[in-house]
Amino acid sequence: MTSLAMQRRKATAIRVWTQFRSSRQGMIGLAVLALFVLLALAAPLLADARELNPVFARSQGNPQWGTPGDFGPLGTDHIRRSVWAQFVWGSRVSLFVGLAATVLTIFIGSVIGIVSGFVGGKTDGVLMRITEWFLVIPFLPLAIVLASVLGRSVWNIIFVIGITSWPSTARLVRAQVLTVKQRLFVDRARSLGANGSHIVLHHILPNVSGLILANATLAVPISILTETTLAFLGLGDPSSASWGKTLEEAFVNGAIVRNAWWYFLPAGIGILAVVLAFTLIGRTLEEIANPRLSRQR
Amino acid sequence: MHPGVTPLVEVEDLHVHFGRARAVDGASLQVMPGEVLALVGESGSGKTTLIRAIQGLQAPTSGTIRLEGTPLERSSRRAIQTIFHDPAVQMVFQDPTGALNPRQTIYEIVAEGLRIGKRSGDEKQRVLDALSRAGLRPPERFLQLYPHEISGGQRQRVVIAGAMVMEPRLLLADEPVASLDASIRGEILGLMRRLVDETGLAILAVTHDLGLAWNIADRVAVMYLGRIVETGPTEAILSDPQHPYTRALLSVVPETREMEQQILTGEIPDATRVPPGCRFHPRCPVVQSGEAERRGFLTRCHTEDPGILRADAIQAAACWAVAPD
Repeated sequence: MTSLAMQRRKATAIRVWTQFRSSRQGMIGLAVLALFVLLALAAPLLADARELNPVFARSQGNPQWGTPGDFGPLGTDHIRRSVWAQFVWGSRVSLFVGLAATVLTIFIGSVIGIVSGFVGGKTDGVLMRITEWFLVIPFLPLAIVLASVLGRSVWNIIFVIGITSWPSTARLVRAQVLTVKQRLFVDRARSLGANGSHIVLHHILPNVSGLILANATLAVPISILTETTLAFLGLGDPSSASWGKTLEEAFVNGAIVRNAWWYFLPAGIGILAVVLAFTLIGRTLEEIANPRLSRQR
Repeated sequence: MHPGVTPLVEVEDLHVHFGRARAVDGASLQVMPGEVLALVGESGSGKTTLIRAIQGLQAPTSGTIRLEGTPLERSSRRAIQTIFHDPAVQMVFQDPTGALNPRQTIYEIVAEGLRIGKRSGDEKQRVLDALSRAGLRPPERFLQLYPHEISGGQRQRVVIAGAMVMEPRLLLADEPVASLDASIRGEILGLMRRLVDETGLAILAVTHDLGLAWNIADRVAVMYLGRIVETGPTEAILSDPQHPYTRALLSVVPETREMEQQILTGEIPDATRVPPGCRFHPRCPVVQSGEAERRGFLTRCHTEDPGILRADAIQAAACWAVAPD
C-alpha cells in the first residue's frame, strides 16, 4: 500500500503547487524569499566575513562613514566595516532566528492546543489558564527580562521568542480541534475502536495541519521582527551580525543625523522584504489549506 | 419472542439524561440475530441518543446493555474516550458527508477499522470486497478518490462498506437515508436488506419515516419522549396500530389513505418536563376526543404511568386505552 500512499502524497503536492502557482501574491512572496535564502546561503561567496571585524577593517584601510561611492556596494560604517558584509551575513542570522523561533512557537502552541482541545475537562482548564497567563503578560517587557536574565546569545533569543509567542497559536489550534472533534468522522473512528492517539494522528492532526502550516508562515515574520526589536534594544547576540543589530548600531552611532542612509537602509529593506515575503506565502497557503476559500475563487 | 435464542443486543430500562433533560427515559428493546428492527419516532424522541448509547458514543445514566448476553460496561463515570467498542456493533450515520474524513481516501476510510483492529489477512482484498458488496463497482476505481469526489449516495455506501469490513453482527443505522435523494433511498435500503439476507446481519434502524420501516423492517418499535410506547411485527404495527401515537404517525403517511388524518397538536414536549401519568396524554387524540373520559380511564392517563414495555414483548403498547386493566 505504501506505493499507493506515496502516489497520492505526490498528487497532493502537485495539486498544492498548481494552486500556489496560480496565485500572483504567493509567487511574488516566493521569489523574494528565494532571493534572500540564496543570499544567506551564498554569504561566504558574496562577502568576506572578516569585513565584520573592525580591527580587520581598519587594517584594510577602509574609509570611515564611507559612502557607497567610496567603498564596496554599500559603503562603510562608523568603525570602517563593510555594510554589504553586514547585510549579507545579517540575512543568515535573521532568517535562522526567524525560522527556528517559529518552529519552537508552533511546536509548543500545537501540542498545547491539541492536548487542551482534545482531552478537554480539567486538563483543558489548566492549560488554558497557563496560556492566558502568558497571553496577558506584556510581551516586550517579558522578552526583555528573559533576554537579559538568560544572557545574550542567538539560542537564548530563539528561546525567548518561542516561549513568549506560542499562546495565540495554542488558542487558534485548540479552537479548530474543538470543532474537528465534534465531526461525525471522529464518532465513526470511535465506533471502529480507535483510541485517542489514533484519532489525534489520523483525524485531528490532518484537519488542523493546514491551519498550523499557514499559522507558521505567518509566525515567521513576527519572529523576525521580534528578533530585530530585541537586537535593536541592545539585547541581541553581540557576536552575530543580525539586521536588527545593524539598525541598533546605526541608530546609536548617529547614522541618521549624519544622513548615512546606506548604513541603515539595506537592513531595514531586508527586514521589510522578508517579512512581506513570508506574509504573502502564508496567506496563499492559508487559502489553499482552507478548501472553502479556494473553491470560491 | 424466540425462546432459547439469545438476543443479539438487549437494552433494559436504559436512561440517558443530560442534566434535567431525560433524552432516554427507561427504554427496553431486543434485537434478534438477523432481523431488522426499525425504531420510529418524531425528532426529539431520543431514538438517536438510544443507539448512540448502544454504540458507546454516549454514556448512559443507568440501565444495562447486553451484547449476546454479556453486559457491556457503559458507566457514566467513565470518560467517553475510554469506552470499549465491540467491533461486532457498527454504525451508519445520517450524514455520510460528515462521517467521512475529507483528508482520507476511500481506501483509507474503509481500511481504517482493519488497521485499528490489527486484523490479519489481505487488507486490500477485504477493502475491495467490502466496496463491491456495498455496490461500488468496480471497486478499484474508488480506492484513491476522496469523499468530495463522489456522490452522496456513494458516500453512504462507503460508510456502509467501512462498517461491513469489520464483519459486524449488528449495524446501527441512524436515519441512513434521511439526507439522500429520494431516488437513491430505495437503493440504499435495498442494499441494507440484501446485507441482512446474505450475511445474517441484524440492523437497528432509527427513522422518522414509516415508509422505510415498511420497506425493510421485520419489527417496529415506536418511541415517544425517551420511551418505547409500542412494539410489534411490522405488518401488525402498520395494519393495526394500537397506541394512539402510532395511529397518528401512520395516519399522515400518504400511502395510508383509508385512515382519517390525525394531526397531533403541539410539539413533542421538552425532555426536561416529561408530563406526569402517561407521557403522551397532553397530545393524545383519545384524551382530546373525550373517548378516555367516556370509557372511564382518563384519571389513569393523567396520573398513572403505563410503564415500560418488556424488552421481549412480541406485540405490546404502553397505553391505558389498549390495556385498561
